[in-house]
Amino acid sequence: MSRPPSLRDLRSLTQARIALGAHGAGWPTAASLAFGLDHARAREAVWTPLDPAAIREALTAQGLASVEIRSNVADRAEYLRRPDKGRTLHPDGDAVLSEAGQGFDLAIVIADGLSATAVALNAVPAAAALAARAKRAGWSLAPLVVATQARVALGDPVGARLKARAVVVLIGERPGLSASDSLGCYVTFSPEPGLPDSRRNCISNIRQDGLSIEAATAQMEALLRAMFAQRLSGVGLRRDEAALPGPATA
Amino acid sequence: MAYATTIEGTCFTFPDLKSLMAKATPERSGDQLAGIAAEGPVERLAAQIALADLPLKTFLEQELIPSEEDEVSDLIARRHDAEAFAPVSSLTVGAFREWLLRTEADGPVLAALSPGLTPELVAAVSKICRLQDLVAIAAKRPVVTRFRSTIGLPGRLSTRNQPNHPTDSSEGILVSALDGLLMGSGDAVIGVNPATDSLPDYIRIVELLETLRLRLNVPTQHCCLGHVTVAIEAMGRGAPVDLVFQSVAGSQKANAGFGVDLTVLREAAQAGRALGRCPADGQFMYFETGQGSALSAEAHWGVDQQTMEARAYAVAREFDPLLVNTVVGFIGPEYLYDGKQIIRAGLEDHFCGKLLGLPMGVDVCYTNHADADGEDMDALLTLLCAAGVNFVITVPGADDVMLNYQSLSHHDAVFARQTLGRAPAPEFEAWLREVGVTDARGLLRGGAGDLPGAFAEASRLLPGKAA
Repeated sequence: MSRPPSLRDLRSLTQARIALGAHGAGWPTAASLAFGLDHARAREAVWTPLDPAAIREALTAQGLASVEIRSNVADRAEYLRRPDKGRTLHPDGDAVLSEAGQGFDLAIVIADGLSATAVALNAVPAAAALAARAKRAGWSLAPLVVATQARVALGDPVGARLKARAVVVLIGERPGLSASDSLGCYVTFSPEPGLPDSRRNCISNIRQDGLSIEAATAQMEALLRAMFAQRLSGVGLRRDEAALPGPATA
Repeated sequence: MAYATTIEGTCFTFPDLKSLMAKATPERSGDQLAGIAAEGPVERLAAQIALADLPLKTFLEQELIPSEEDEVSDLIARRHDAEAFAPVSSLTVGAFREWLLRTEADGPVLAALSPGLTPELVAAVSKICRLQDLVAIAAKRPVVTRFRSTIGLPGRLSTRNQPNHPTDSSEGILVSALDGLLMGSGDAVIGVNPATDSLPDYIRIVELLETLRLRLNVPTQHCCLGHVTVAIEAMGRGAPVDLVFQSVAGSQKANAGFGVDLTVLREAAQAGRALGRCPADGQFMYFETGQGSALSAEAHWGVDQQTMEARAYAVAREFDPLLVNTVVGFIGPEYLYDGKQIIRAGLEDHFCGKLLGLPMGVDVCYTNHADADGEDMDALLTLLCAAGVNFVITVPGADDVMLNYQSLSHHDAVFARQTLGRAPAPEFEAWLREVGVTDARGLLRGGAGDLPGAFAEASRLLPGKAA
């Protein structure tokens, strides 16, 4: 008679932590400690400050000019409590952005969001790949903007000051237990302060074991082409090609 | 009308009832974000002292959100039962707290009182209750509901088995559901949050769960937690819908943000009843709520988030639900900052729901950007079991791989059974013994994923080695 079936053999069907085993009601020690480590990594991704200088150096190495701005949030603790402050530009940014020039097809903002880990790993390659696509498409690109203590909507005042037709915000997503390196992407046509999230389109889970940078930037380009043609973004954007991602819901 | 308290010569004034309620609320980040919280602990106590002196009747005479502009307020006013309220009608909020704590206020007395209570009344008294008060009072108020299993009987704890999958893979959902069943979880519901909200996926998921239920003959219910309008369409096409689900909040505008109103919920309830799957005297509606959702939708009217949450229970109460749970730690630190705030909010929500007569459960959970961890969840689960919570949600290894947050593990339900003596619903308890998941004493046999012989029918649904 064959061995009785076990869910242990079916772990490949889900990332869920099935068939952990139990001692009484307790977890096996190794599983308990592994969970603790995953949580510690996720917390670290949230609380580690982004190193904007390192990001800018890496952008320079890719031949991409950049500037640095921040929101009105003072530190990580305030960032978590005051999403409203994370959406507004610190006054220092005015001079920085006026020097960067005005009137572009596209602005790209690299924002720390909730995972500096995701930004450190994935933002520069994603920005470089999108910049290359913009060049091939003949779109003018503003100097890249590296933003700290930033929420998605900080892209609105940045895009407005640069007079960009569209802004792409690459931002660290809230870390899950199994993945703390997911980058999110929000694309907004005709950015201006105060836009609701329903005016954006979103691509999420950009990371090594998730959506590849190649696939994600292809989607970004397709979104931008549709937005430039239809002159809008978000819930109203017609997505005739099935591959286009939907409007932001959060 | 303004309210005032004088403490050692300093007079604290509160311009209206909603600011008094907000300032009397124990500290939480959401009210601070909204700019309505007390400046500090002394002002908070001044507000609590003024609130304790307020006659309960004040809340029936003054609406925090006008009925003319909000259908939830209108519902609350229309459904208030003055006769049921009579035993406490002359009390202040502070005297009402003491009345609730007395041994004379037992289960039947509290059950008779429920139709006389409004969300604002229970929210007000909760603000001057310690955690122990919230536990002690709620523990006296069992609320029992029934479909295929009987949920909420005193001394028992049910669980929602939540087998979510990032892409709604049928096989992924199935192995996760089986993992939960092998750990004895799922007597409240086997409920999937779909990653997509399309009608074909909704129908595929409920059909999958229905097949699993029938092959294993599990005495429980299943649910795909898609939008209620999708559920209505699926029911129209004859899909096997056990529970009709919707997220709800405490104002008409916040519910509009969820894409629902009372009319569409009534339509859904009628469609669900017409399916005839649930016993005529049973329940089949399922609602989720959570503090902060109204503020998040900019639909809070300057009312504190805990009162807005209690108002969501008036919406749920209208539909005689089988299950209601607050997803207490899901919303994030801008609303509930840390473990302390999440623990208090979970107990408040359970207390308010129970006093209003709801079959209240809690998703004991947290996100990685909140200052909370598994130990806070250990504390909240233990407190909720003492308070007699109807059900909690469990997932494999406490990690929800679709919604990216941490809920309880199936192991935590085993802990509640073995250490706190909370058995599952009687029908499910008998089934677990019958199929060999538990032994004659009700103790778990395995836990490492080995499928007992009785699961052979279900394992044929699976690919590969186990087929």
